[in-house]
Amino acid sequence: MSLFGDALSWITDGAHWGGPTGIDHRIVQHLLVTFAAVALAALLALPLGVLIGHTGRGRLVVVALAGAVRAVPTLGLLTLLGLALGIGIEAPLLALVALAFPSLLAGAYAGVEAADRGAVDAARAVGMSEWQLVTRVEIPLGADVILGGIRAATLQVVATATLAAYISDTGLGRYLFSGLKSRQYDEMLAGALLVAGLALVLDLALATLQRASRPTTGKVPS
Amino acid sequence: MTRPSRFGQLRSTQIGLALVTVASLALTACGGDSDPLSSGDGDNGGGGTIVIGSQDYYSNEIIAEAYAQALEAADIEVQRDFKIGQREAYLPEIESGSINLFPEYTGPLLQVWEPDTEARLADDVYADLVTAAEDKGLQVLDQSPATDQDSYVVTRAFAEKWGLETIDDLAKVTDPMVFGANSEAENRPNGPKGLKDTYGVEVSFTPIEDGGGPLTVKALEDDDIQLAIIYTGDPSIKKNDLVTLEDTKGLFLASHVVPLASEDLSDEAAGVINKVSAAMSPEDLVDLDARSVDEQLPAATIAKDWLEKEGLL
Repeated sequence: MSLFGDALSWITDGAHWGGPTGIDHRIVQHLLVTFAAVALAALLALPLGVLIGHTGRGRLVVVALAGAVRAVPTLGLLTLLGLALGIGIEAPLLALVALAFPSLLAGAYAGVEAADRGAVDAARAVGMSEWQLVTRVEIPLGADVILGGIRAATLQVVATATLAAYISDTGLGRYLFSGLKSRQYDEMLAGALLVAGLALVLDLALATLQRASRPTTGKVPS
Repeated sequence: MTRPSRFGQLRSTQIGLALVTVASLALTACGGDSDPLSSGDGDNGGGGTIVIGSQDYYSNEIIAEAYAQALEAADIEVQRDFKIGQREAYLPEIESGSINLFPEYTGPLLQVWEPDTEARLADDVYADLVTAAEDKGLQVLDQSPATDQDSYVVTRAFAEKWGLETIDDLAKVTDPMVFGANSEAENRPNGPKGLKDTYGVEVSFTPIEDGGGPLTVKALEDDDIQLAIIYTGDPSIKKNDLVTLEDTKGLFLASHVVPLASEDLSDEAAGVINKVSAAMSPEDLVDLDARSVDEQLPAATIAKDWLEKEGLL
């Protein structure tokens, strides 16, 4: 219990705020890494997922590959990438992109696939092009599930972004690593609490967005 | 359906218990056989058998094996009680006289007996250690030039560019330097703060959490960092052509190989061991370690080859 108290007073200690190693700066770094990783992964995974969901083609191969990527331990991948790219933020960022990819892909194709077939057929019957079908029917109807994928990916990445500090001076992971070996457990727990808090805030925000994306009953999605 | 499976579980638990019992019995038996205490009576060290111990650390075992073979070559009877474990386990055995000879390291050993010691440089540490050992009714023989301690390393190219041999020389470097190490090094007395206070050298810090492993070496080679901490005994220093900077002002605790011995160890035996210590250079120790790591050879073979090369057999 006292360790928790120590960690909380570590966080509230003004000396740990401000400057390049301050908590505020570390939080910003941590968020930037998280957003960058999810955004980069989304750039690839979302279009690919929508394509698979819409056409039904290549599903088996891509899903199996994405599943395999899930099994890759992020720290191992980070070390491999680090040996190839050197230290800095590039290797951790790529490792986090690989971490986010499967969840985003799964959300995208599952969302598009799950769009009500009746609605899709009706849209096709009124003469919508394939592009219109995807953008005006399938994506809006699947938005809930697609956002669910983004939410899951973000949660994984924000927690794992602590690994960025493994080979770069970045993010909240710095408190974990430096506290661990020097037995400054208040600093370490403080870092963990900050990451957990950040994860909760992000998840709540995305959950709200997800709820808002659900089409209200009786209203035709435009 | 539930009954048979329950019986199955029970049976496997019983088998497990039986296995554990057998295993612990076997372990106890082994312990009994190699118990250093049981072989420790009599007047060892004086004229009889010299009992040599070693840590459970490959490098230490090679040194102990070198002592043993050198003594055997001088027709002195020895008994090997190797791989005893950490200092807490074997130090009492040496103090009680059950073990007569043990390869130790000056700084860390002194810190066990004198936790508040401020000695850092090799000769100061050794001088204090001689007194401390006497107080315990023991003796340390001559310290070897071979060391096994933390050290600052740079790449060969960087060392040549600025003419670096000691940490002091880093003051000549006019480019900004980045020091890369595990994050706890940032606040340790031998980290950036120590460099500034002791040597007046300013460096910035970046964390690389692999303890001087391959990522650290890669960062040095990429010139992402210029300075790293790697163990002097680590074969990767030689393999990657890194340069160890001499610590002239004692930022790191000196840790030379030193034989810790019973007070009544014969002068003849001491003479043999002192020759072994004197012959072992820091580079030799790195090579010996490398043969163990890279070629997976047993300590006895590595020690024998080295002794022959030095003309000590």
